[in-house]
Amino acid sequence: MEPVNQPVREAPVFERKKAGRVSPKRILFHVFTATLAVLLLYPVIWLFVSSFKESASIFTTSHSLIPDPFILSNYAEGWKGIAGQPFLTFIKNSAIIVGLSTIGAVMSSAVIAYGFARIPFKGKKFWFACMMGTLMLPHEVLMIPQYIMFAKLDWLNSFKPIVVPQFFGHAFFIFLMIQFIRTIPEELDEAARIDGCGRFACFWRIILPLIAPALATSAIFSFYWKWEELIQPLLYLNKPELYPVSLALKLFLDTESASNWGAMFAMSAVSLLPVILVFFLFQKYIVQGISTTGLK
Amino acid sequence: MTGNGADAMKKSRSIRKDNLAGYAFISPFIIGFLCFTVIPMGASLFLSFTSYDLFTAPKWIGLDNFKEMFTGDEKYWQSLKVTFTYVLAGVPLRLGFALFIAVILNNAAKGTAIYRTLFYLPSIIGGSVAVAIMWRNIFGNDGVINALLFFVGIDQKILWYQNPTSALWTLILLSVWQFGSSMLIFLAGLKNIPSSYLEAASVDGANRVQRFFKITLPILTPIIFFNLVMQTISAFMTFTPAYIISKGEGGPLDGTLLYSLYLFQRAFNYFQMGYASAMAWVMLVIVGLITLILFKTSSYWVHYESKEE
Repeated sequence: MEPVNQPVREAPVFERKKAGRVSPKRILFHVFTATLAVLLLYPVIWLFVSSFKESASIFTTSHSLIPDPFILSNYAEGWKGIAGQPFLTFIKNSAIIVGLSTIGAVMSSAVIAYGFARIPFKGKKFWFACMMGTLMLPHEVLMIPQYIMFAKLDWLNSFKPIVVPQFFGHAFFIFLMIQFIRTIPEELDEAARIDGCGRFACFWRIILPLIAPALATSAIFSFYWKWEELIQPLLYLNKPELYPVSLALKLFLDTESASNWGAMFAMSAVSLLPVILVFFLFQKYIVQGISTTGLK
Repeated sequence: MTGNGADAMKKSRSIRKDNLAGYAFISPFIIGFLCFTVIPMGASLFLSFTSYDLFTAPKWIGLDNFKEMFTGDEKYWQSLKVTFTYVLAGVPLRLGFALFIAVILNNAAKGTAIYRTLFYLPSIIGGSVAVAIMWRNIFGNDGVINALLFFVGIDQKILWYQNPTSALWTLILLSVWQFGSSMLIFLAGLKNIPSSYLEAASVDGANRVQRFFKITLPILTPIIFFNLVMQTISAFMTFTPAYIISKGEGGPLDGTLLYSLYLFQRAFNYFQMGYASAMAWVMLVIVGLITLILFKTSSYWVHYESKEE
């Protein structure tokens, strides 16, 4: 089995032509892919550019990528917030939800993955199948009964319905970590166990540090799923002071008018910034996560 | 005998210890699975045979919800039609495009990392509210798409969101736009194809197209199959873009009324929890059937190599 933690290799050299000379085919390749890249990212660039335009001119000058005049007031306006809440409140709420969910999901998934990957026990196949099954389960089936359950627990208008389930493991992360643990030679923890290391100490001291890349990948995915998530906050949070960024943007859209387009665009851009930043900083881990599990 | 007995006892003790440790480690999963998956699914199945508005006790009505759904609810059929169009058009387009780009990137030996990154970016941000808002606006009457179309000589404004078909196609395009994650998976698969296979075929006189269809594609079929299953399931559950772009309505004329959106409306706008639960279970059965069909037909086109590794 191939170790999963090595960086994605460059393409096999089979098609490689003599180095040094720029062939017409290579030029064609770069023209095609670069055009495609511009086309694909044009909407995003347009969004960012529009956030520096005056609200009234966003749609009258939508063909132009140069804001004239260039203004920053959309950001000031959007930052003031909506529904009586400053935008910072929404960011703070998102940070709390994302932070707690991520810690919960990553830690619990690591413990569970160790159990599946390293300990032989009765019924393992069954529970593993259940775990993989939850990956393929349409969550609509759970939406209504979970809502009723959390309502009965009096958890509505708190972060609990969104955060607490994360502390019981996430199938995608468990699967990712199992794949990763399997690449670590078993002799390593066997040796430690002969030296008197218990199962948990073995997991904590030996496996956990070694699967750090898988933990990082999971944390990154958890970050951006939870940051972008709409449906759960939409169900469980009804007070603007509890809204995360995703719901706040929906508020901007609900009260959409020609006068606040600029602010809506600006805050949309603000909401995308952390995601894009994390993506460019940690894309190595993301690429690994997707390539090794074949999931997303 | 005695030695064997002691060994056996020691062994059985260690097995028991392993069982205990195993269950201790996976206990968070089991608890979560029971509390947040099994019990809710059971509750949902029960509710699907009831009429329940969240405030008064559920009332058993047998199969009435299902009867209403299939015979009395035109909007339900509309949402099925919209969802199937979305899935059947969106998933193949997305996977096909992902494969096409992956092959192109894989063939170019150098300088592809930056393209890989840029092509993947939409997958990261695509599910967000911000991008849905962006999509709503670029396809607006005075949005950038119409501005660009004007630029290439089409001066008739297309009113994307005034027509049910074109509105749905903007959603499909949004889904295809996020082809990057599938592209990455295909790229990883392509890199694992031993170049000796392709070289051998090349020596035998196979051209590029033949090599692709006779070697590359068959080797990739397990990955394509797995992607097809997962993407189909997740496409059936799409909610955020339809909800944001149509402002929760699914309009115009229910043209973007995806199944999840209609289910959400029934449950949380009209508080018909029983009806919505029945809808959820039908969705589960549909998705299950499609997965089953995909698995059944897979033996005809998915090529599994004999394990050598």
